[in-house]
Amino acid sequence: MNSEKIPGLYIHIPFCLSKCLYCDFYSSTSISAVPDFLNGLFKEMEMYLNQFNPFDTVYIGGGTPSLLSSKQLENILIKARKNFDLISDAEITIEANPADLNRSFLESIREIGINRINIGVQSFDEKALNFLGRRHSVRQAFSSVEASRKAGFKNMGLDLIYGIPGQDMESWRDTLKQALVFSPEHLSCYQLTLEAKTPLGIRHRKGEFSVPVEALQLEYFTKTSELLEDAGYIHYEVSNFARGHEHTSRHNQKYWDHSPFLGLGPSAHSFQGNQRWWNRRSLDRYLAAVHEGKRPVEDTEILTMEQLRLEALYLGLRTKKGIALEDFKTRYHFDLFAEKKEILTKLVEEGLISIRGDQLVPTQSGFALADRLSLI
Amino acid sequence: MKNIRNFSIIAHIDHGKSTLADRLIQYTGMVNERNFKNQILDNMDIERERGITIKSQAICLPYQTRDGEEYILNLIDTPGHVDFSYEVSRSLASCEGVLLLIDAGQGVQAQTIANLYLAMENNLEIIPVINKIDLPTADVDRVNEQIDSELGLDPFGSLKCSAKEGIGIEEIFEAIVKRIPSPKGDPEGPLAALIFDAQYDPFRGTIIHCRVFDGTVKPGDFIRLMSNQATYKVEEVGRFLLAREKRDRISAGEVGYIFAGVKTVSDVHIGDTLTLDDRPCDKPLPGFKEFKPVVFSSIYPIAPEDYEDLAVALEKYKLNDAAFVYQKDSSIALGQGFRCGFLGLLHLEIVQERVEREYDLSIILSVPSVRYRFTLKDGSIIFVDNPAHYPDSLSIEKGEEPYIRAMLLFPERYLGSVMKLCMEKRGENSRLGYLGPGRVELSYEMPLADVIYDFYDRFKSVTQGYGSFDYEVLDYRESTLVLVDILVNGEKVDALSQIVHRDQARPRALRACERLKEEIPRQMFKIAIQGAIGGEIISRTTISPFRKDVTAKCYGGDITRKRKLLEKQKKGKKRMKTIGSVSIPQSAFLAVLKSDTDN
Ligand SMILES: Nc1nc2c(ncn2[C@@H]2O[C@H](COP(=O)(O)OP(=O)(O)O)[C@@H](O)[C@H]2O)c(=O)[nH]1
Ligand code: SF4
Ligand SMILES: [Mg+2]
Repeated sequence: MNSEKIPGLYIHIPFCLSKCLYCDFYSSTSISAVPDFLNGLFKEMEMYLNQFNPFDTVYIGGGTPSLLSSKQLENILIKARKNFDLISDAEITIEANPADLNRSFLESIREIGINRINIGVQSFDEKALNFLGRRHSVRQAFSSVEASRKAGFKNMGLDLIYGIPGQDMESWRDTLKQALVFSPEHLSCYQLTLEAKTPLGIRHRKGEFSVPVEALQLEYFTKTSELLEDAGYIHYEVSNFARGHEHTSRHNQKYWDHSPFLGLGPSAHSFQGNQRWWNRRSLDRYLAAVHEGKRPVEDTEILTMEQLRLEALYLGLRTKKGIALEDFKTRYHFDLFAEKKEILTKLVEEGLISIRGDQLVPTQSGFALADRLSLI
Repeated sequence: MKNIRNFSIIAHIDHGKSTLADRLIQYTGMVNERNFKNQILDNMDIERERGITIKSQAICLPYQTRDGEEYILNLIDTPGHVDFSYEVSRSLASCEGVLLLIDAGQGVQAQTIANLYLAMENNLEIIPVINKIDLPTADVDRVNEQIDSELGLDPFGSLKCSAKEGIGIEEIFEAIVKRIPSPKGDPEGPLAALIFDAQYDPFRGTIIHCRVFDGTVKPGDFIRLMSNQATYKVEEVGRFLLAREKRDRISAGEVGYIFAGVKTVSDVHIGDTLTLDDRPCDKPLPGFKEFKPVVFSSIYPIAPEDYEDLAVALEKYKLNDAAFVYQKDSSIALGQGFRCGFLGLLHLEIVQERVEREYDLSIILSVPSVRYRFTLKDGSIIFVDNPAHYPDSLSIEKGEEPYIRAMLLFPERYLGSVMKLCMEKRGENSRLGYLGPGRVELSYEMPLADVIYDFYDRFKSVTQGYGSFDYEVLDYRESTLVLVDILVNGEKVDALSQIVHRDQARPRALRACERLKEEIPRQMFKIAIQGAIGGEIISRTTISPFRKDVTAKCYGGDITRKRKLLEKQKKGKKRMKTIGSVSIPQSAFLAVLKSDTDN
């Protein structure tokens, strides 16, 4: 059913020099294991030979891919091209930590074909960076962004976080304005979420600090959107902004519209047809499997039509484009408009969604309620 | 007959009634240790959870005394709530004596006294038993003093035991034999047997539990139920060991069971007298009352497609609960359902729980109501127990509501607060009597509607649990009645309507709005809740909407995790009823009628 959708390739580099206090991604600080990991990764690639159509995106994420040398990154792309079809103008993104970015590294990775960089700036406020336990400084954030431009990256995204204890609307606005100085093509603005088992999550549970109440969260969300839209950005997904449609993240779009994607590396998720599977969340167990010649898959789920439908709703409602009703009907065998008429009418009246022709679109207030909207 | 004893154990909740019953059963050696399941008599899940016995049960214990004589001891268990007080009184009427069990740590408590009075009313021999003497907090001397001063019983006759440790059990057996009189009666006389319980057996039909006072009954006899003259042919009689034990007859003085091809438990009435068709006794045994439902509410499936399943569930449930009545009903907001009658609010909650649990259905109950009587301008008289059928107010000549006489027993020190409560509940014609030093009996005539509303909870609370309460229905009395509707976002929810006395309309409507505000979760838009009489709004509240709940990062693995979270929320929403786009949880419907003391 995804035959018309082009798949994306995700590669998880499971290493970080130190763990940020809010992070629940899988990564290890034993970077001496990088060579072993790469061997394993190449073996895993071979296991998916010809399993997916040509890819038009590659996303090297993590963890901290910028910890690898340009040579190691080059090898990854060489092996990827050897095992899979990558179309010629594929979007190839790397996630990077500001502390790792110098001019020569950036130029080398440009040369090997990486054409998009997403820098984990998070904040231009030193206090906030400390609170989050980031290993880079504000100065490094500045210089990494400038260096990326100088190295020729024309497609640059910055990640920012708001709702950090100690931060107020004023300082968040400063961070945003600072980011705008660099005219990044893409901005991701995430609200800080405290996952239970992370150091910040634990401290929060103990009552050591508080996070913004709902009304303030909404204010952050709304102000961010206003400020960036005034600056010419499109708020094309709940947490994502692009300077023009051509700069939206092609890769992330695949997660939102049930396109197939292959995820390689520990803890990476994959999706194809109505199946989702995910890799072991431990480098050792990941390597053990690939060395036995087995796919390092932890578990697989086969989604029912109802589950696919729910996902399509909540993912679709996170995007400005919204949901194409006819397409939804064909793909998920459900006539939203007919079956949910009463509640949809109510939501239109309440100004949470609008229906324009075939498109069901969340409004700005609807965006802020996307999760709940999907429960209709 | 001289080797039979019929007795019951009565106690305040948690003083150890079930544990002692288990110990007595175990002592007789009927069950081997391995398959002994604790608390054999309380065998319904709900009974175990709530710690109250809902249905009475009986068991027959063979016992050999120290001097070698064989006895048959019939232990009859009793239910423990005012909704079932009639069943208790019939169970006690089947006995000659009781063990009054008192916790050695807690001493005499509210229900100890309430139960004692029930036993006295039935002229039973009372043996005080102090339980839990193994506890470090046990204070036997203090309890003996209370037995003397508060119960007016002779403390020298009290026994001491630990049901848990199995201490003092033999002494209890000896006392039952020595102190409780043997049953009297004439096995040759015309049959007179008291029905104290009836249960449904899926293979054999109704099993009638009875105590024979005179005469003998055996298979092949034709029996007659004296209240309705129905006759049946006896198929089997027997007594209750752990399983049923078939016998060739049961006679005067004995407790046992009868199968007579009775289809459902509703065909027999607890408290009724059973006699022989060809040789009836002159008059029925005293104390028979017909079950009458006094509280009415409609049951609807949350999912309309569960209607057929609900119909089947109620039909099956009814087989075992004679006091439950129902018929088809429908609501504009809630669709197809059933109008049901109950003995009281506890009975209603038990039915709700059992239907949900045993038949795996999610149901909603409308706000409970009593049965009102209206005389219309055209002279006709109608009964209305469903606010949805409230007549056009212009057509009403006169409204009347049922009154009861409440009997309240409690320590004198609470007199002031109890009287205040009764007046607030529109009580009138009070009568006060002293039962003993420091204990009073107060009776009031009150509207039944006020009693079901929150009277029982508040009475228990003002008497700190020391009060006991029972009531009988008296008659209908004129009353100024109005219909209070509840509107959710402008839409009337008929299942939330109540008929109330004019003076109570405003406070009740306000309370209903507040309760709904607590129960209905915030949604994506503002919810207005209003109380109204006709077109006039008399109370209102609003529930503010959610503004932001979307989470930040969302890709790769988070899709599954997030979906699982949403699936869980969606499941929760399925257990709510959507009315005019607003999701209303099950709990909201009954909460409207619940008192503050519940939380
Ligand atoms: N220590 C102690 N606990 C007891 C004794 N008898 C009962 N219990 C405990 O008291 C609680 C209530 O007992 P139960 O028989 O269910 O009381 P019921 O509500 O009167 O049926 C249970 O936890 C029993 O284990 C006893 O003799 N000694
Ligand atoms: S750099 Fe990224 S992956 Fe590594 S610990 Fe920090 S947030 Fe987590
Ligand atoms: Mg019990």
